[in-house]
Amino acid sequence: MKRLLLILCLLAAPLWAVQPDEMLDDPALEARAREISQGLRCPVCQNESIDESNAPVSRDLRLLVRERLVEGDSDAEVVDYIVERYGEFVLLSPPREGANLVLWWSAPVLFILGLGIAWAAIRGRGRAAPPEGLSDEEEARLRELTGD
Amino acid sequence: MITELGHFALVLGFAIALVQMVVPFWGAEKGWRGWMAVADPAATSQVILVGFSFAALTWAFVTSDFSLRLVFENSHSAKPMLYKITGVWGNHEGSMLLWLLILVLFGAFASWFGGGLRPSFKARVLAVQAAISVAFYAFILFTSNPFLRLAVPPLDGQDLNPLLQDPGLAFHPPFLYLGYVGLSMAFSFAVAALIEGRVDAAWGRWVRPWTLAAWLFLTVGIALGSWWAYYELGWGGFWFWDPVENASFMPWLIAAALLHSAIVVEKREALKSWTILLAILAFGFSLLGTFIVRSGVLTSVHAFANDPERGVFILAILGVFVGGALTLYAARANTMRATGAFSTVSRESALVLNNVLLAVSAFVVFVGTIWPLFAEMVLGRTLSVGAPFFDAAFSPFFVAIALVLPVGAMVAWKRGKLGRAAQPLWPVAVLAVALGALAFALQTGRSALGPVGVALGVWVVGGAFADLWSRTGRGPLGQRFGRLTRLPRGDWGKTVAHAGLGVTIFGIAAMLAWQQEDIRVAQEGETYEVGAYEVTLNDVQEGRGPNYRTTMAEIEMMRDGRQVALLYPEKRVYPVAAMPTTEAAIDNGVLRDLYVVIGDEQDNGGWAVRVYIKPFANWIWGGAILMALGGLISLSDRRLRIGVAAAKTRSVRQVPAE
Repeated sequence: MKRLLLILCLLAAPLWAVQPDEMLDDPALEARAREISQGLRCPVCQNESIDESNAPVSRDLRLLVRERLVEGDSDAEVVDYIVERYGEFVLLSPPREGANLVLWWSAPVLFILGLGIAWAAIRGRGRAAPPEGLSDEEEARLRELTGD
Repeated sequence: MITELGHFALVLGFAIALVQMVVPFWGAEKGWRGWMAVADPAATSQVILVGFSFAALTWAFVTSDFSLRLVFENSHSAKPMLYKITGVWGNHEGSMLLWLLILVLFGAFASWFGGGLRPSFKARVLAVQAAISVAFYAFILFTSNPFLRLAVPPLDGQDLNPLLQDPGLAFHPPFLYLGYVGLSMAFSFAVAALIEGRVDAAWGRWVRPWTLAAWLFLTVGIALGSWWAYYELGWGGFWFWDPVENASFMPWLIAAALLHSAIVVEKREALKSWTILLAILAFGFSLLGTFIVRSGVLTSVHAFANDPERGVFILAILGVFVGGALTLYAARANTMRATGAFSTVSRESALVLNNVLLAVSAFVVFVGTIWPLFAEMVLGRTLSVGAPFFDAAFSPFFVAIALVLPVGAMVAWKRGKLGRAAQPLWPVAVLAVALGALAFALQTGRSALGPVGVALGVWVVGGAFADLWSRTGRGPLGQRFGRLTRLPRGDWGKTVAHAGLGVTIFGIAAMLAWQQEDIRVAQEGETYEVGAYEVTLNDVQEGRGPNYRTTMAEIEMMRDGRQVALLYPEKRVYPVAAMPTTEAAIDNGVLRDLYVVIGDEQDNGGWAVRVYIKPFANWIWGGAILMALGGLISLSDRRLRIGVAAAKTRSVRQVPAE
């Protein structure tokens, strides 16, 4: 129950997310900081980026991101710096390498596969459709009925 | 006493469900009419019993009977009556009872309105439906019994989570459940059809309206949840790709695919085995959603109640039903012979494309949702899959859906010509591109998201109306308008629902692309500019609500020297629950929402204030309302009215193509 309450507290008050005093004076740099923060997960929350979270560790991370940016790091360097210290867990978008390729590519592959199967089935069906007119059996039955 | 009667009614219902599962099924196997007929009174009495049981629980909440553990844990004598009632399903046990109630209700609908069905088929449908309810009766009675007493009744309850004491969220679960459980109907029909080895147009006619109803409830439920997140969570996010949200989104996508492919079964007797598979998957995703929400296995911000033992039980239900149905499908699917042939350019093919895209979209959501679990258990890595992944992986497929929708909706059945279908759409395409370009020219240095959203929205909405207009045929304008009013409601429903999708796509893109945000420390009396508005923090006052303390600010929004809105954002603390909440103040508008949040007092004076200007925010939910409305209009079409439909289809004959 306590843990639940903690989660709910974290959820309830995102208004303590980015604080005015954290923000950088340079709007371009601040915009980059926001962009980066939105891709980093708050390590103690569920499914919240550090940009949205009010957890103290998120504040530390936000400050860290800005610190690195002020020191002149590129966006990728900042992200690498954080991942080195907190693990790949903090990346909200898993890197496209190793087993994660399955995550990224299974849907496009499935899509192409689905299209292929659908195409083949539709083409096949069009060809296999019964010809107009009667089958031999039906012809025989017709002759039988009409007494030919 | 009433509580015990409710408990007893539930147990009795369980027994009847067991009978309904076995006897009609055996009767259908043997061709014994009497045994088959058992299903009807059984289905009706289940509704009465579970309904009574649910009413008994509601009564306990209304009278604040704290000798009931569930009431003690989730209610409070001072809570407003509305939230005492909605508190019944604001917890695990009660929500499962609601789930069961809706399930047996759908079963009874099949019994009451299923007069036109073959008796053996109807008996099997009701037996399958009863089998599902048996599983959930057992789940409730053995793991989540809402009727447990406390030995020593306390004086007052622990209160419902303040976040849940909200109209938006109070009615979010019932709608979602109506959607989830409504898909059980399609599932029962699919399994019964597999057992009988027979799917025909009548089957499609039956499954489509029920799937449509389930889909429209899901639409409303998802929209309510998203709207709630927008105004309650305090920064105007409306969709978080949270596992719990995904759990409701997957069945929505599959149900959308199913109701489109059922059209093909009904009208053209093709795509039968695919439609059966979709029906199984749709309910499978509903069960998966229940599993995710109720087990908390993928812990998320939404997991209000979780308990691993219950998770295992639901997983077993999921395994038995979906696994069983899929096994049956593998064994029997080849007996579903399609009789209607069609060429690669035809409405049927377009609907196949729609199905492939929707199914793959659902698959993206599925993979992204379970990947962290998979990675941890199989790969031993802890990683996260969040919004950036879904935005990147999901959006392309949905853009593709929006692109092909207007053309696909107009191409002729059986064998069509793309050129002819596209003809009335050219003006729409030109308009869409022109408005997109205009949007691009008007904005400065932002992403392509906004213009693309404008173009797609115009394309889909315009396409929907071009389709409707083309149905009026040729002739003078007056005559065509006359015919417009006499078009079948199904056509109107299609247009409204498709237009709703376009509106939502536009709303999402426009809001994300063009929203403005301002975070700063504002002094009382200070005026500053955000976008085209002048914002003044007039003052901040402390106050008291019935069960909370509040800090309320008055913020004035001016535009061109005129007052636009006076907003009162609040910061509340609920002392009993020790919980802070933010109450954003929103000025709703057609073209924009002004969204204001008050934060902490600063050490050096002043308050943290956030101001957001969110253009076209309401269009997101407006579009969802249109989609649901379209579904409703379609449902009211005479052609879909059950009974009439089933009798008519007997005479439909097959005309093979080519």
